Amino acid sequence: MRRSSRCSDAGAARWRTIAALGGALVTLATLAWGQPPARPLSDETAYQIASELRCVVCQNLSVADSPSEMAAQMRAIVRERLAAGDSPEQVREYFVARYGEWILLKPRRSGFNLVVWGFPIAAVLLGLVAVGVLLRRWTRRPAGPAARLDAAMSERIRRELEREP
Amino acid sequence: MRRAWRWLVPLSAVPVLAVLAYGFLLDPRSIPSPLVGRPAAPFTLTAFDGSPVSLEAWRGKVVVVNFWASWCKPACYDEAPVLERAWRTYRDRGLVVVGVDMQDTPEAARAFIRQFQLSFPNAPDDGGKVAVEYGVYGVPETFFVDRAGTIRAKHVGAVTDEVIRATLEPLL
Repeated sequence: MRRSSRCSDAGAARWRTIAALGGALVTLATLAWGQPPARPLSDETAYQIASELRCVVCQNLSVADSPSEMAAQMRAIVRERLAAGDSPEQVREYFVARYGEWILLKPRRSGFNLVVWGFPIAAVLLGLVAVGVLLRRWTRRPAGPAARLDAAMSERIRRELEREP
Repeated sequence: MRRAWRWLVPLSAVPVLAVLAYGFLLDPRSIPSPLVGRPAAPFTLTAFDGSPVSLEAWRGKVVVVNFWASWCKPACYDEAPVLERAWRTYRDRGLVVVGVDMQDTPEAARAFIRQFQLSFPNAPDDGGKVAVEYGVYGVPETFFVDRAGTIRAKHVGAVTDEVIRATLEPLL
């Protein structure tokens, strides 16, 4: 009993710390949100876009990560289009129009693709529900009547113990 | 109730297995091009022999745009004679074959052209602009453009005489 109450005290303290840290983070995030966005760095934007495009001659590499010549050429095209005044979305659309959505490493969150995005979340939620239900069932189950030792059984146990060398 | 649950767990695996089985039947390498049925993007290049290569100039003709490279063995080597044959056979009926050489060195590309005595225009795609414009992700890839300038088909891999017959002839 003592032990468990000490544990819950420590737990409460830990939760308070986590809550305080979380609160501080939220405050910082809000402050950052309020700031005017930093001047959009074209290089950073270009890298961001390239990292979302599939390198067409590789297996599972982004255009940003691939050393291939084709990827280098695509990076150049991304920079060129940004320099010409295209928005990041327009640059992505440029590649999608030519290669199809296949070119995007992350499927878009629309239409049938929502299944891909939603399925893991649904699976986790379902799992949590299942765990909750099972935990309730297990903890609520009344402890069965303790196995009763009848005289014959205790006698047998005593004999077996005595036989031990 | 209990009995129903016992069946539900193995049964729930059935749709998952069905989806997996369906996925294994598909060819992950076949990626449908969104460009089929769309107007072919105009491009202007300079051929290895110095002549200008412009898709616009060939409006009204059936154009076969072939993306290749001298390092693409054996597919590009297999299809080069097929393309040359098609060009010689159908040029009088309004066919133009144009080769776009990707990610190559001029010397190797010229040797390739000499080896197969290609007489249709071939041009290097410096910077890979035309390749990206056509959504090319490997060599060889071949686009069939009709007289109105619309891409009617895309062929991935070496073009064969059968592909020429089945895809090109209806356009002529």
